[in-house]
Amino acid sequence: MSIRVRINGVDRELDVDPEMPLLWALRDVLGLTGTKYGCGQALCGACTIHLDGQVVRACVTPVRRADGHSVTTIEGLSPDGSHPLQRAWVDLGVPQCGFCQAGQIMTAAALLAKKPKPTDAEIDQSLGGNLCRCGTYTRIRAAVKKAAGQPEE
Amino acid sequence: MSKRPMLIARRSFLAGLNLSVGGLALGFFSDAEAQKPTSEPSGRLGPKPQTSSSVEEKSAPGLNPNVFVHVAAEGLVTIVCHRSEMGQGIRSSLPVLIADELGADMARVKIVQADGDKAYGDQNTDGSNSVRGIYEDMRRVGATARVMLVAAAAKRWKVKPEDCEARDHAVFHRRSQRTLGFGELAVEAGKLAVPKPSEVRLRPKSELRRVGKPLPLLDGPAYVNGSAIFGADFRLPGMLTAVIARPPVVGGRVARYDANRALAVPGVKRVIELPAPKPPYIFQPWGGIAVLAENTWAAMRGRAALDITWDAGENAAYDSETYHQTLIEAVRAPGTVIRNVGDTEGALAKAARVIEAEYHVPHLAHVPMEPPVAVARFEGGTCEVWAPTQNPQAARTEAARVLGLPEEKVQVHVTFLGGGFGRKSKADFVSEASWLAREAGVPVRVQWTREDDVQHDYFHSVSAQRLSAGLDEGGKVIAWRHRTAFPPIGTLFGGPPRPGDGDLQQGVKDLALAVPNVRAEACEAKAHVRIGWLRSVYNIFHAFSVNSFIDELAHARGEDPRDVRLELIGPPRVATLKELGIEKLENYGMSVEEHPVDAGRLRRVVERVTELSRWSDRKKDGRALGLAAHRSFLTYVAVVVSVVRNPSGKIAVDEAWVVVDAGTVINPDRVRSQMEGSVIFGMSIAMHGAITMKGGVPQQSNFHDYRLVRIREAPRKIHVDIVASEGAPGGIGEPGVPPVAPAIANAIFALTGQRIRELPLSRTLQV
Repeated sequence: MSIRVRINGVDRELDVDPEMPLLWALRDVLGLTGTKYGCGQALCGACTIHLDGQVVRACVTPVRRADGHSVTTIEGLSPDGSHPLQRAWVDLGVPQCGFCQAGQIMTAAALLAKKPKPTDAEIDQSLGGNLCRCGTYTRIRAAVKKAAGQPEE
Repeated sequence: MSKRPMLIARRSFLAGLNLSVGGLALGFFSDAEAQKPTSEPSGRLGPKPQTSSSVEEKSAPGLNPNVFVHVAAEGLVTIVCHRSEMGQGIRSSLPVLIADELGADMARVKIVQADGDKAYGDQNTDGSNSVRGIYEDMRRVGATARVMLVAAAAKRWKVKPEDCEARDHAVFHRRSQRTLGFGELAVEAGKLAVPKPSEVRLRPKSELRRVGKPLPLLDGPAYVNGSAIFGADFRLPGMLTAVIARPPVVGGRVARYDANRALAVPGVKRVIELPAPKPPYIFQPWGGIAVLAENTWAAMRGRAALDITWDAGENAAYDSETYHQTLIEAVRAPGTVIRNVGDTEGALAKAARVIEAEYHVPHLAHVPMEPPVAVARFEGGTCEVWAPTQNPQAARTEAARVLGLPEEKVQVHVTFLGGGFGRKSKADFVSEASWLAREAGVPVRVQWTREDDVQHDYFHSVSAQRLSAGLDEGGKVIAWRHRTAFPPIGTLFGGPPRPGDGDLQQGVKDLALAVPNVRAEACEAKAHVRIGWLRSVYNIFHAFSVNSFIDELAHARGEDPRDVRLELIGPPRVATLKELGIEKLENYGMSVEEHPVDAGRLRRVVERVTELSRWSDRKKDGRALGLAAHRSFLTYVAVVVSVVRNPSGKIAVDEAWVVVDAGTVINPDRVRSQMEGSVIFGMSIAMHGAITMKGGVPQQSNFHDYRLVRIREAPRKIHVDIVASEGAPGGIGEPGVPPVAPAIANAIFALTGQRIRELPLSRTLQV
């Protein structure tokens, strides 16, 4: 069965098991490795992508659910890494190992699209599903606010 | 050179068991080496050691005085980063130190990641030792190249080298104002003899332009646009992905299995049984059944379809509840005396008051966000590996061992690491991939699932501590006895169930105490799982028990815990081995002359952190502060946390202050980020972390039952203060962790009156 998905603005055809999680279709079939595997159970958020602009965990989203829809991954968030979140992340030195950060940024991007000026509580709630073992949370909060043009304190 | 530290493997037991990786000294610094004619090695960055840089760079003409630096004729300076990047920012730090000594412009510096090769000295990125261990060596690497460039310029101008200086990627002659770029000098410089280390003067620190200043995060852009290649992201044509069903119990093996259903899963290509390991397990594969498939999903489905009967083996009786009791019993009896001053037993017997407490910390798992993963290709009798390894030389050794190859036939390339924390120092996943690649005849990528990672980790050691203090009539502490029991890491390497010197230095032997009678004892504890080192290692439970106990003493005396802390540290001084009551101190591989146990530095971080956190208001407006301080990895860290009970009744940390004295620091922003991360890491240990065993099997499997701190639990603010220092550098990656859990436990006592002696808090409190 062939599945048609628009990925980062490009129409793709996927000839895979329709039950395969989108995560593995992106990583193993399409070579888009910016979306990470961290738990496989929607517990850590490392695989966060946008499906028609909504945050989904690609590790538990079967590829058939994307059929006829539009997917955005970290590679497609901005053409050149210039999304305000990406810039704020670099400016404030958010990443440590960097592995979870694509998922953090994708979650935050969906938040800002809905709430351009989020509060700390809204940031915490929105990013509550994204784990960071290095512990970059305080800088993540600061970077989301910076990208939103809000003062840090 | 005499002051140059010995570069020894991080964990002393490794050296003792001859598993040490890397040389005892950097070969490229021996004077004998330096006198060899250099026209050949110079101007070439290869063929040995190989780096992940392109072939063209390696063969470019220019200056190449050692394996770390190459100056090309076009002026490009290539600096090799030989330590692994796992979030500590080493790629943004060490090369800058080299570039500063050289006088290079970072805009014209390219940083390449080294493969695993002994030519680099110790590459084990572990023990918080990338800066502290080789600070001077790395400066000398850059300085050597600088001296040669200056010599080449001086020769061309017919002037004295002393009248020239190197800066901004060029050499200047002061009097004549002449200038030659590094590129213009590279080929000539490459023809000169490499100077002896004794002829290479390091710059005065004031000339190191970037060191100690905010430095850009080299890999920041790659991390945020998805282009950074982690181990999990590496792909080869024709590669299969393997997911392995491993024996649930350590030492277990496959009794029988049926692969038919697995082979029927579309995409599954092969099912291969791995050999069962024999103790000591070290970095051997666990054994089990590997399912190799065209993609990860098919391999996972194939594994789920395997029908396996396991022989559990001798560790199937391991039960955490029973073992907890075993450890407590161990510390209730005398152990081997490892530290002794005065007559502690006598003083305890005649004390006006004796206070005793027992502490327990469970097994913990590393759970780096990127689970273990490795890619290997076996072709024509050689093996090539790409892996997120903290220790590429150990990975190389292990791959060679499992394949029966000489090490020269194995090449290990280091990718970005999606977290390490000690897990990725172990080479088991590399070993699995290498072995399977040969068996399968195609490149193999071994992907651990999160469940594999949690269930088959090299667990942080479970422990019990018993502390006893004798107080005289005035409340002064006249006796201190510390008993510790934990199955040591050495057991993984076939060592005895008794901790060694390198284990006991971590918060027991190196604890400065102004107490006249001090005794520490180590008790035996047998291991039933693979014990590994986790960020800050045994300091976790030693710092937890010692700092909690000091707080208990303060409250028993009705006094301020800070004052009692300072009283027990005693006056500013170097605590000698004699004062500590020990014969030697492993001291994280460094000399006690250069890195003494300095009570004054510990005092100062306590004083500073209590000032910054306004300790005098330590219980106010529904919040309470808790304090802890600890020396580890030659760095002194004090932490204060503020704890509140939120409206739902949960205990939360709302603010934290960290003061760190690590001596000289290269990259203050990465020091800060490590301290911030350490607070969160320490909070996960305090609040949630526990691996519990039943029937030899971990009862946890993923983030729903092995919980980590999430953003909503993170403090509003983590304040980090770095003590300004010109002293010898200490570690950064680990020393922030140990004081966090006891600071939280002490704050909880201040807030609620409940004393936490067992971690995690979730056992007894709502968190």
